[in-house]
Amino acid sequence: MNPIDPIILFFLLGLFAGLARAELRLPAAIYDFVSILLLLAIGLKGGIELAKQPFGDLLPQILAVLVMGFVLPLIAFPVLRYLGHFKRADAASIAAHYGSVSVGTYAVAVAYFGTREIFFEAHMPLLLVVLEVPAILVGIVLARGISNETRWGAVMHEVFLGKGIVLLLGGLLIGWIAGPEGVVSIKPLFFDLFKGILAIFLLEMGLITAAQIGSLRQYGLFLLGFGVLMPVFSAVIGAVLGWALGLSVGGTAVLATLAASASYIAVPAAMRVSVPEANPTLSLTAALGITFPFNVLVGVPLYHAMAERTHAFFGA
Amino acid sequence: MSLANDHTRKLLTLVTEAAIESSLVRDLDRLGAHGYTITEARGKGNRGVRNAGWDASSNIRIEVVCNDETAAAIAAHLKAQYYDNYAMIMWVSEVEVLRPEKF
Repeated sequence: MNPIDPIILFFLLGLFAGLARAELRLPAAIYDFVSILLLLAIGLKGGIELAKQPFGDLLPQILAVLVMGFVLPLIAFPVLRYLGHFKRADAASIAAHYGSVSVGTYAVAVAYFGTREIFFEAHMPLLLVVLEVPAILVGIVLARGISNETRWGAVMHEVFLGKGIVLLLGGLLIGWIAGPEGVVSIKPLFFDLFKGILAIFLLEMGLITAAQIGSLRQYGLFLLGFGVLMPVFSAVIGAVLGWALGLSVGGTAVLATLAASASYIAVPAAMRVSVPEANPTLSLTAALGITFPFNVLVGVPLYHAMAERTHAFFGA
Repeated sequence: MSLANDHTRKLLTLVTEAAIESSLVRDLDRLGAHGYTITEARGKGNRGVRNAGWDASSNIRIEVVCNDETAAAIAAHLKAQYYDNYAMIMWVSEVEVLRPEKF
């Protein structure tokens, strides 16, 4: 049994401070800076790995993950619409959040497997980027149909030129061009300090999560159940897909974590612009107030166990 | 301080979600505003506390000084376009400017 990761304790500190209404507020600029560092560090790590192997070998994985990105929100939508009785726009928006990914959750998984020295495929950041986009498009189409009213130019701008995608892809490209030797000079900031930066990020995430919990009472049990069960269900799909693609146990667990995580940066921004009638409080309460803490505290170890079982069940 | 009558202009102030900044700025340019000032803002309204802790909960405050017709056009457009779905409040006041040709 490993002792609890200090980064998780930082998250709990933020959560506690937020719930207790402590006088703690990180300046918005700090949150921005820390999330920029995380996105770049994750991109760089993936880029270095891409420099080592031919891109063509990864193509089947990229396509399979892309398909998963389209399928997950299509499963979530009818559940929300018909079991949860949400309005069409709300159901579509929440489905898009759950089909897309959370970089924060991914970073926690990276730290988890890093601490335990469990191998996982280093090109995972590429799959992270791939999984970020399709759910947004599905969400918009579910809310709108393919209508002329949607300003696709503005939507595409929001989707592909949002902070997350630009920094992740930028990091990937820089890592790829510079290669393992080239990146040595910037390694102290991005890789050696990764866990410290992640700790500050999680402190802030704890505060943000605490702020969402207030609105949780308003929306009740269905959202709570959905916020816990949907990620577990998505993780099963991710784990089976990871095994089918021939990923290692660690890689399978990371893919399951990616599938389970719910976006709270890229998707909210895109939905606000393209499906404004959807209530942003609903989807953020679910993604941030329920699913993010669940994934960070319980999910990652659970998906690790799930990946081990999947590999044992289907055979290596 | 009192200036000549034709130095009076409207100051249109707008507090809304940072998420729609780029589309608002496009609207303002198109509707004839000669300039605007944007600042970060936080506060509370009927859509809850907007504490600017991170992107999705941050607000901006936009100020535009312009003539009566432009102010009316901007106000009408924003009301029709954004009031239903976005957190947005807007008010108009009279101000006196030193260089009327700028506005």
